[in-house]
Amino acid sequence: MANFTPISAAIGGALIGLAAALLMLTTGRVAGISGIFGGALTLSATDKGWRIAFIAGLILAPLTGTFVGYALTAPQMPASWAVTIVAGLLVGFGTRLGSGCTSGHGICGIARVSARSIVATVIFVAVAIAVVAVMRHGIGA
Amino acid sequence: MVLIAGFLCGFIFGWGLLISGMMQPTKVLGFLDIFGAWDASLIVVMVVALVVSGLGFALVRRRARPMFAPESLWPTRNDVDGPLIAGAALFGIGWGLVGLCPGPALENLASLSPQIIVFVAAMAAGMVLHDLWQKRRALPAAREVAAGADG
Repeated sequence: MANFTPISAAIGGALIGLAAALLMLTTGRVAGISGIFGGALTLSATDKGWRIAFIAGLILAPLTGTFVGYALTAPQMPASWAVTIVAGLLVGFGTRLGSGCTSGHGICGIARVSARSIVATVIFVAVAIAVVAVMRHGIGA
Repeated sequence: MVLIAGFLCGFIFGWGLLISGMMQPTKVLGFLDIFGAWDASLIVVMVVALVVSGLGFALVRRRARPMFAPESLWPTRNDVDGPLIAGAALFGIGWGLVGLCPGPALENLASLSPQIIVFVAAMAAGMVLHDLWQKRRALPAAREVAAGADG
């Protein structure tokens, strides 16, 4: 595991957990990004403000990161345009249908010991592992 | 105050993804690739985030209400149903294809990378399509109920 970075992962994870707890403490909302973004797209204007503010903070973070040495570069995307679009559609549709993503189910939901979130997380992690196995190693293909 | 709190929480969350390396699709795919050069970092991110948010939630539950809102909106459902399973599976396919989930995808908009912009646009389209589909599904049922009430 040459790429394993447990210290930065632990610091980052602590900040993510802190943000989730603080959002609940201050606004009473779950820090599920698909729900926050989906609501910002579709909900009535009264409930949009904090959602847009959260996403603005999320996008601003890496911009401030450039001041302390985190390079702001376009991420490496080992996927074609077609795959990128299909994946985006699946992530958008799937997270709405399944009521959550890695943050809402994987962190906030499991932290509440929600059976729904545990099942959802096991499924999306297992399916994603299977997809990568097929794409990179042709296993089962 | 709700706006400031939302902004700061998004900012802290974004720093968490940045420091942990989870903004990088290649890092996430390294975790999902258990048959390759497996990178367990994502597990560490999740476990630490779970412990911190779990402790935080326990403290928050002692309060009568949130600081800047009338009530805490904890999710109430606890049933495992078809849409949950199907939605999680579809999300898993998309996540595995490119290594992006909604948080890192939005945060990567900061780089103005065309591929990220296209991904986020497609993700938004998928969300809106889902909500339109749910509305259309709900309509005929509502009509039936209305017709039934007349009979």
